[in-house]
Amino acid sequence: MLSRVANSIYWLGRYLERAENYARFIDVNFNLMLDLPGDLKEQWEPLVMATGDKALYQASNQSYDMQEVIYFLAFNEENPNSLISSISKARENARMVRENLSKETWEKLNETYHFVKKASENKTWKKEDPRSFFESVKSQILLLYGIADSTVARTEGWYFRQLGQYLERADKTSRILDVKYHILLPSPKEVGSPLDFLHWMALLKSVTAFNTYRRLYGNIDPSGVVEFLVLNKYFPRSVFFCLKEAEQSLFKISGTNGYGYSNSAEKSMGELRSKLEFDDVNDIIATGLHEYLEHLQVKINHISNQINDNYFQIKDNFVSQTMEQG
Amino acid sequence: MKVIHNDQQAFYDEMYQGNQALREHYKSFGELIKTSSAKKLSHLQYSADKAQMAMGMTFNVYHDKAGQEKILHLDIIPRIIPAHEWQVLEDGLKQRIEALNLFLHDIYNEQKIFKDNIIPKELIVGSKDFLEPCLGLTPPKGIWCHITGTDLVRDKDGEFYVLEDNLRCPSGVSYMLESREIIKRAFPELFNKLGVRPVSDYSTKLLDMLQYLSDKPKPVIGVLTPGVYNSAYFEHSYLAQQMGAELVSGLDLLVVDKKVYMQTTKGLEQIDVLYRRIDDTFLDPLAFNPDSMLGVPGLFEAYKAGNIALANAPGTGVADDKAVYAYVPRIIKYYLNQEPILKNVPTYLCREEKDRKYVLENIASLVVKETNAAGGYGMLIGPKSDAAEHEKFRQLIKANPNNYIAQPTLSLSTVPSIIDNKAIEGRHVDLRPYILYGKDIEVIPGALTRVALKKGSLVVNSSQGGGSKDTWVLY
Repeated sequence: MLSRVANSIYWLGRYLERAENYARFIDVNFNLMLDLPGDLKEQWEPLVMATGDKALYQASNQSYDMQEVIYFLAFNEENPNSLISSISKARENARMVRENLSKETWEKLNETYHFVKKASENKTWKKEDPRSFFESVKSQILLLYGIADSTVARTEGWYFRQLGQYLERADKTSRILDVKYHILLPSPKEVGSPLDFLHWMALLKSVTAFNTYRRLYGNIDPSGVVEFLVLNKYFPRSVFFCLKEAEQSLFKISGTNGYGYSNSAEKSMGELRSKLEFDDVNDIIATGLHEYLEHLQVKINHISNQINDNYFQIKDNFVSQTMEQG
Repeated sequence: MKVIHNDQQAFYDEMYQGNQALREHYKSFGELIKTSSAKKLSHLQYSADKAQMAMGMTFNVYHDKAGQEKILHLDIIPRIIPAHEWQVLEDGLKQRIEALNLFLHDIYNEQKIFKDNIIPKELIVGSKDFLEPCLGLTPPKGIWCHITGTDLVRDKDGEFYVLEDNLRCPSGVSYMLESREIIKRAFPELFNKLGVRPVSDYSTKLLDMLQYLSDKPKPVIGVLTPGVYNSAYFEHSYLAQQMGAELVSGLDLLVVDKKVYMQTTKGLEQIDVLYRRIDDTFLDPLAFNPDSMLGVPGLFEAYKAGNIALANAPGTGVADDKAVYAYVPRIIKYYLNQEPILKNVPTYLCREEKDRKYVLENIASLVVKETNAAGGYGMLIGPKSDAAEHEKFRQLIKANPNNYIAQPTLSLSTVPSIIDNKAIEGRHVDLRPYILYGKDIEVIPGALTRVALKKGSLVVNSSQGGGSKDTWVLY
């Protein structure tokens, strides 16, 4: 596979996942706000902080007004990580490698792009209840995954997209967990209160983990949620699961047997995956949740750079790419 | 929907005869229009627009921040060509391509045609499209013009005339293919009833032709594109996808020891055939334009060494120069000893004294074109210009007769088209069939019909309000 094509497919996977996660985050936060008491309603700042784009946000906004945040996260094309930017870039990458995609995949993605564009023209962020838009984006992207799942051959291209998708998801799950760190409770006494409980529940819901968590853990308590979302071996959005899948994709790409490593990307990936494999929730709490998650994000970025060096680093790409994770 | 009839003395209408009766091959379609409500037709038109958007059949103005991607308007009323008319076109195009290919080979090799004084040598070797590095070259299998998209028009006498032989990277074939898919959805019943010849195997034929150029049992084929910002990018990726070929840009390729390689995730992989959609002089900065950012350094050396086939062959463009066009009937006669089947638009070569005299005297009724200019530059449309402009061109011609040709103004035929979702009215069209030259010469039974959507306009270019139509060639 051409290095340029592999690069585009990898970023196609990342941007699609990013768009889907943003849709989830906003949707769930909106729901949460409906349940909160009046004085605590407008807690949109933590969401902006979790995306890592706080500085960019503050450059043009004074307050964390709901509409402004939704606009910033979903529709602002100046924000390189916004939903609309992610969808545009996913489509742009798809356009560049269209000959490698199935017709249905391309057409669905193209349709989703036009849908988001249209919503932007209609100023959806000003709607009293924009949730149906985010619902729809989510299901359109899931449909896209479904189409790909049943039409795309499991060759190199497939694994580059999986690699991008799972790395992005690992990063996003860690970030949404970090939101909890930033959300304010009125006082420390509220830890373990119904309000606290609401937050944890919303957090689980934003990664569609609520029901599964309930079945596996029963009671909602912070260390259980952290363990579940970071270390769980079976849940497809836990950080560990994503890293494991991403690692497998790397092995498929290099054609190695799945032990040790054959290049620097596999080495970094293996290191991080095994760290999580052997950590338990007490290790996380001892390190500090926020610090632990931040470290994870740095490592994931590092792995992405290693992938770039090993597989994509050819002469200057023929189109400029923005590949930074904010 | 209401049909507005044009003045049928002035133009040939493809659907209606002089007395507003339907031509034989349009009878079923005409009936359908008569019985369909305006609402139904405009809904079909709406669906066609939608489908184009969804398919991403857009040509872009991609730098535009607003993301202005435009579709080439596809009018749902097809242009229908009956079998007996098509046969003439097919035979004529084959003959023309065969002769032009022989001509190209001759001018880059033995140059017999100059020695026999059929065409002045300086006209050819002096052309900017004559590539000296190609002298003495025989491209793989002796084929120069693998893919051609000849432009034809039908004059008011009902005859087809060749307007231009597009021998270098003609575009638009993806519109022919995708439009057909859309129109099939709009009028499924007619396809059964009328018997429309399919075009969908074009990509298979294209792939066969490209594979034929290599002697390897499973050659690696690539489509070479200038990149995603090129206005025809949709077509490049579409064709690569349809053929299962690699879409490559210059930066994906590398020449080592006169062999061309792609840079892949597994290292270098040799490529054997390139369907290149980059102009000749941009192909290789070492051999041609040193400023080219699109090409591949060393590509031409690899080509000369026979390690890569290029379609179309570099140097082919010289044969579709406007001055060379005038000689095509003589070229056909010279190489094939046949009378040309398809007519040329009568062309006056200002370099020849008799013609020049005629042009200078009749300039007000002629179209004067500069031989080396493209896209309407350096052009005079006599009937639409004033005396001062006529005089200016007379002086230009006298000063540099070699640079000018002149042709009578043609009236393009019309095909009824849906106008503003309200009425059906004739609009001027041209015709671009596609011809593949591999093992044999094959004319694809279909075409891109471009239509000038503005009333009375003869300009079919998409940039100036042009659209397209599906073209049905009947069994």
